[in-house]
Amino acid sequence: MDPTSVRAVPVRHYGRWAGAAVLVVIAVLFFRALLDSPNLEPATIGQYLFKDYVLHGVGVTLLLTAVAMVLGTAGAVVLAVLRLSANPVLRGGAWAFIWFFRGTPLLVQIIFWGFLGALFPRITLSVPFVGTLFDQPTSVVVSGTTAAILALSLNEMAYAAEIVRGGILSVDRGQTEAAHALGMSPALTMRRIVLPQAMRVIIPPMGNETITMLKSTALVSVIAGHDLMTVVQGVYGNNYKVIPLLVVAALWYLALVSVLSVAQFFVERRFGRGFAAPRGGLR
Amino acid sequence: MSEPKGGAVSEPKGGAVNVPKGGAVSVPMVSAEGVRKRYGGHEVLCGVDLRIAPGEVCCLLGPSGSGKSTFLRCVNHLETVDGGSLRVDGALVGYVQRGDRLFELRPREVAARRREIGMVFQRFNLFPHLTALQNITEAPLRVLREPAGEVRERALALLERVGLADKAAAFPAQLSGGQQQRVAIARALAMRPKLMLFDEPTSALDPELVGDVLEVMRGLAADGMTMLVVTHEMGFAREVADTVAFLDGGRVVESGSPDEVLVNPRHERTRAFLSKVL
Ligand SMILES: Nc1ncnc2c1ncn2[C@@H]1O[C@H](COP(=O)(O)OP(=O)(O)OP(=O)(O)O)[C@@H](O)[C@H]1O
Ligand SMILES: [Mg+2]
Repeated sequence: MDPTSVRAVPVRHYGRWAGAAVLVVIAVLFFRALLDSPNLEPATIGQYLFKDYVLHGVGVTLLLTAVAMVLGTAGAVVLAVLRLSANPVLRGGAWAFIWFFRGTPLLVQIIFWGFLGALFPRITLSVPFVGTLFDQPTSVVVSGTTAAILALSLNEMAYAAEIVRGGILSVDRGQTEAAHALGMSPALTMRRIVLPQAMRVIIPPMGNETITMLKSTALVSVIAGHDLMTVVQGVYGNNYKVIPLLVVAALWYLALVSVLSVAQFFVERRFGRGFAAPRGGLR
Repeated sequence: MSEPKGGAVSEPKGGAVNVPKGGAVSVPMVSAEGVRKRYGGHEVLCGVDLRIAPGEVCCLLGPSGSGKSTFLRCVNHLETVDGGSLRVDGALVGYVQRGDRLFELRPREVAARRREIGMVFQRFNLFPHLTALQNITEAPLRVLREPAGEVRERALALLERVGLADKAAAFPAQLSGGQQQRVAIARALAMRPKLMLFDEPTSALDPELVGDVLEVMRGLAADGMTMLVVTHEMGFAREVADTVAFLDGGRVVESGSPDEVLVNPRHERTRAFLSKVL
């Protein structure tokens, strides 16, 4: 017998086999029911999946996600730094902002921004002795898309601020001290030393945030945000093919989320640099 | 009594720097008078007196918890002093005096003063997301805003000097402790400091890696760098130090030449400490 390889009868996991069998049966039954349903209409799905206005909706959804995440993340860094500030007023203000925007449903916030005109009919900016610099009806300044971006990014700021704060706190204090000892200012230390290291902790949950955001954009359909969900709702509002069109939307969201997951992998690898030896040794 | 290494004016090292051409006595690089530091109710430093002349190497010894690290951190204002006066190259640390009133320095001004003081930590504290070369060039590029080519050249020369010319592209995680500490020394030197602080630079290292780091420090001392070194390496202290100060209970109990303090200590506490570490 070959002394280097061990031959033994492996442990039989009967419980696992039984569990797997049950799952397979349930899955088969579910997909058969799905395909047997007269309302799924695969042909209709195919017909709408690449329609130009559906693709336009996909574009708007991506744009909303990107803009809200960029603004949200930028705001989150500011909020997180304020939350860690030595100044109690700044700390308190950041805390209150986060408290409010995390404490109210996103749907409520979206509708609020959509109907801002009901609260402030006109937006006016006037400076004493200089006069009125800006005066417009609110509905003109804050369009549906603007309201959607405002709502999504302010909400994102509040959530991401806590993620960023956690990331900043995860960086060893010795790093800040070493940077200070080199004569780096607090701002430079934050930007060049602390934040890049915090990124390693921040990126995975921010990947989740981006995926959640992509799907949350569907909520802006309540204020006619022109996104994928708004388009799909418009179509099935006319032809009553609700299920096939929801499947069209779901397929697009799934595809986009899959692309984001791949992107997340590469971004995580980029910011993990230096924390584990890259494969294949030194570069 | 033996001749103290750094004290005599005829000595080329330390002594010569002490008396500039004009004949006026130069300002000490570090001068501490009655420095106090409290954490909550616990007084860690209760009146530290210490003077380090330009070009002098001073080793600070003392039992664990005696306040060695705290004092070092006070010197570059990582900690604020509660009492007494602490000056580096004549300037009060953390404050500026106008008339007879003290004004706290702004963070930007504190940062500017720290540029002239290099610090090396027990745990290295290299920036893990930057390569060895980037660790060294970061501060000269961003703080001093020196031209990139020049900084890179200087950084490579420093890596060469600490014996790591081939490790420029390595990340800290790919270096041994001793190599990391030598990069950390190069990083501090890249700012061309006039004073170097070392806080137990070798005590986190495996014994066989200590030698390389001490060798680099020996070279620095030979080049006339002013150094304040907290260490338990008695061999280094005896060989390289101009003065040795023994800190205990938040006070400098005894200071003098290595021979005075290490060979013929006058105080009971110094003797007790030395009998434990030697
Ligand atoms: N940030 C802090 N808050 C409260 N107490 C502190 C703080 N830093 C240090 N101390 C206390 O101050 C005392 C002196 O600490 P310090 O680190 O200066 O000692 P040390 O001489 O460097 O000791 P070691 O040889 O172990 O490094 C210790 O009792 C320590 O517990
Ligand atoms: Mg210490």
